[in-house]
Amino acid sequence: MSAPPLFRYVLGLADDQLVLGHRLSQWTGSAPTLEEELALANIALDLIGQARGLYQYAGELEGQGRDEDDLAYHRDTRAYLNLTLTEQPNGDFGKTIARQLFYTAMALPFWLAMTASSDARLAAVAAKAVKEARYHLRHATEWTVRLGDGTEESNRRMQAGINDLWEFTGELFEMSSDEAGLVDVGVAVDRSTLKPIWEQSVSQALTEAMLTRPADSWMSEGGRDGLHGEDLGHMLAEMQSLQRMHPGLTW
Amino acid sequence: MVALAEKARAAVNAVTDPELPPLTIAELGVLRSIEENAAGTITVRITPTYSGCPAMTIIQLEIETALAKVGINDAQIETELAPAWSSADISAEGRAKLAAMGIAPPADAGTPVTCPRCNSQATEELSRFGATACKSLWRCSACLEPFEAFKAL
Repeated sequence: MSAPPLFRYVLGLADDQLVLGHRLSQWTGSAPTLEEELALANIALDLIGQARGLYQYAGELEGQGRDEDDLAYHRDTRAYLNLTLTEQPNGDFGKTIARQLFYTAMALPFWLAMTASSDARLAAVAAKAVKEARYHLRHATEWTVRLGDGTEESNRRMQAGINDLWEFTGELFEMSSDEAGLVDVGVAVDRSTLKPIWEQSVSQALTEAMLTRPADSWMSEGGRDGLHGEDLGHMLAEMQSLQRMHPGLTW
Repeated sequence: MVALAEKARAAVNAVTDPELPPLTIAELGVLRSIEENAAGTITVRITPTYSGCPAMTIIQLEIETALAKVGINDAQIETELAPAWSSADISAEGRAKLAAMGIAPPADAGTPVTCPRCNSQATEELSRFGATACKSLWRCSACLEPFEAFKAL
């Protein structure tokens, strides 16, 4: 684990977008309405596109000839550095929306801050991502309100999604020492400073949706160190199966 | 004898978008530059509308094909992200073509989306996400026709 901090940092960001993007793509064919089918697939596509740019950069930083496909398809669970919120299974539509709300309420201010990074490559990815994240947050917020302030059943499910995922929100603002070092040189974004903005977006959505903000308690962590739940392994096994069976296969 | 850069420009400028075939990639603002290098080769720079735009691979292939047809086989095609593409990069010609194919051109901030069929501004958004990443779904309250609008980005 002595890889250079910037490589690990970019890899972690790429993994966040790919893992969440892949999770969303799993809705294709089973979303509640046709419009939502398109919306979730489009958001997945944005995230996977962001991941590609980041993996390409990570591969160049590493300098060992690994390209975006090698990084996505030929690493095991322990080598994935995504925040554990992104890997949580879709559950029902309410839980997926809760995951979107929690993640995107962090991602939007994150990318916004990253546009000022001293690293030109990260700033360029961020400048595109920030426009996309704006749409994603609006989408998640609107659905949170519609479901929370909808029927008794939709409210119950939306609240359950919020409660289930709350323990994964602390990690959104946890900074490793590697990351802190990159913040000092103007490359990385200090996610711990985004908490108040996130709190505001989330609280506003929950209040309007007549949902209850869960009480803070124990929070999960460890994604950036490669510590994940069992579900990520299952997801990767499916996502990587073709490349594992036929390494280097292209369409 | 036509200069190499001139020949390349004519070929690449005619390449159309696979998802919006009436529009060229130049009109869409996806085509950034065509340059002849000191070594006498051509470099084409393109930029994606959205990070995950799946048309980029096809666009690259079509540029290569267009160049090969005029005898240029060793062109370099690069993707650049900065500055990020904006719907303001679509030319006036491109906007007119979008409207003609039934897709409302991107509306400037604060202006309503206009129905591409009857030009009414009484329109409502059905879904912020359409059949491609760059479009949303709308309905005209005047002529009642559903239509797609190019998203302002």
